[in-house]
Amino acid sequence: MITKRIIPCLDVKDGRVVKGINFEGLGDVASPIELAKYYSDHGADELVFYDITASAEGRRLFTDILTETARQVFIPLTVGGGINTVADFDRVLGCGADKVSVNSGAIRNPALVGEAARLYGDQCVVLSVDIKRVDGVFRVFAKGGRENTGMEAIEWIRRCVGEGAGEVVVNSIDTDGVKGGFDLPMLEAVCDAVDVPVIASGGAGCIDHFLTLFHTRPKVDAGLAASIFHFGEVAIKDLKAAMAADGIPTRL
Amino acid sequence: MIAIIDYGVGNLFSLQSSFAAIGAEAVVTADPAVIRVADRILLPGVGAFEDAARKLRDSGMAALLIELAATGKPIMGICLGMQLLLDKSYEYGEHAGLGLISGNVSPIRPVVPAEYKVPHIGWNALHFGAGKHPLFKYINEGDCVYFVHSYYATDCPAVIATTEYHAELTAAVAKGNVMGCQFHPEKSGTVGLNILRAFCEM
Repeated sequence: MITKRIIPCLDVKDGRVVKGINFEGLGDVASPIELAKYYSDHGADELVFYDITASAEGRRLFTDILTETARQVFIPLTVGGGINTVADFDRVLGCGADKVSVNSGAIRNPALVGEAARLYGDQCVVLSVDIKRVDGVFRVFAKGGRENTGMEAIEWIRRCVGEGAGEVVVNSIDTDGVKGGFDLPMLEAVCDAVDVPVIASGGAGCIDHFLTLFHTRPKVDAGLAASIFHFGEVAIKDLKAAMAADGIPTRL
Repeated sequence: MIAIIDYGVGNLFSLQSSFAAIGAEAVVTADPAVIRVADRILLPGVGAFEDAARKLRDSGMAALLIELAATGKPIMGICLGMQLLLDKSYEYGEHAGLGLISGNVSPIRPVVPAEYKVPHIGWNALHFGAGKHPLFKYINEGDCVYFVHSYYATDCPAVIATTEYHAELTAAVAKGNVMGCQFHPEKSGTVGLNILRAFCEM
């Protein structure tokens, strides 16, 4: 059986991991390379690097860090943030990224998903969507969740998958940061709409939330989180041991 | 020295880095002179079979690989590179491969139920069957490796590992000095590096 994936997400700004971190045995906790190695050694199935830099200098630093990480870490690496053109795909794939995640860039230019899929293959294009309920309707938000695009989310996801997005990251703004569990109704709606891998993001606060996610939403392929891993609230090793003990297909 | 064949297909950075990580010298090259003197050859590949097969033939690489395979030099294909070692592929038509290992490349979709997603993406376990090939001497039955594919090897008597995805899918093949992995050892953590290490000792 294919195993359920656990994916830590690292926000990188000016060459450093954002959000405080505290790990024993980790010299430089803000070094993306060190942290990526740590997660890889401790059972992460994949890593997401998210570039939240605005400056050109920060972008160059990010690219250097990506290259060095790909030199040292041998699990799949997805890169997002600031992906607006196929030239951006080229830039990060050339540094060793395996998949590229598009969000606002696809909203601004919906042709980007199809162009990239034809050039690099569907498996390379990950659609990331920030979704929030507005008057009971799932709406797509842009600019890091600050701006309502007015688009209905399920329709948007269906359209992008039709164009060639090979995976979908569903980030629920409604549950993000609350640590009350993943947004199961939202995930169900997405899983029913598309047949590509779906990655759940937003809301994980403890191990049980992952167990509930994989048991009640068997079509979800992966769980993504950031702060609970970075702050050490959930150790990936413990999480995966609990998943395996609970009968969820897991890579140990 | 390992020659990683560069024929304009796929990103070879991770592959080269993974050999560096196990202390093996690997060069990315399209130079027949370099490939001839290499101790081992690695044939990578991502993308469509027809396009890759044409690039191999047009560059003269196909003929060179067939020639060198006959000398006993270890050759390993990865992902599409493994599929190219076989007789033919049914990906969008029917296209000839190198024919170094007998077998075909067929779509996964018809052999799995609708609720199974294609491509088969993610970490899945390796099963060795009756015997364990030397390529797997440093890893264990049931170890997981990373797959990304929509087609798999069929009608192949040289299967050395399978993985279960409703159907039993071919995960690796070998015939003498020619072998291939459907999965990506360069993306499969320590298990993957240990497979590459075993290849370097062949």
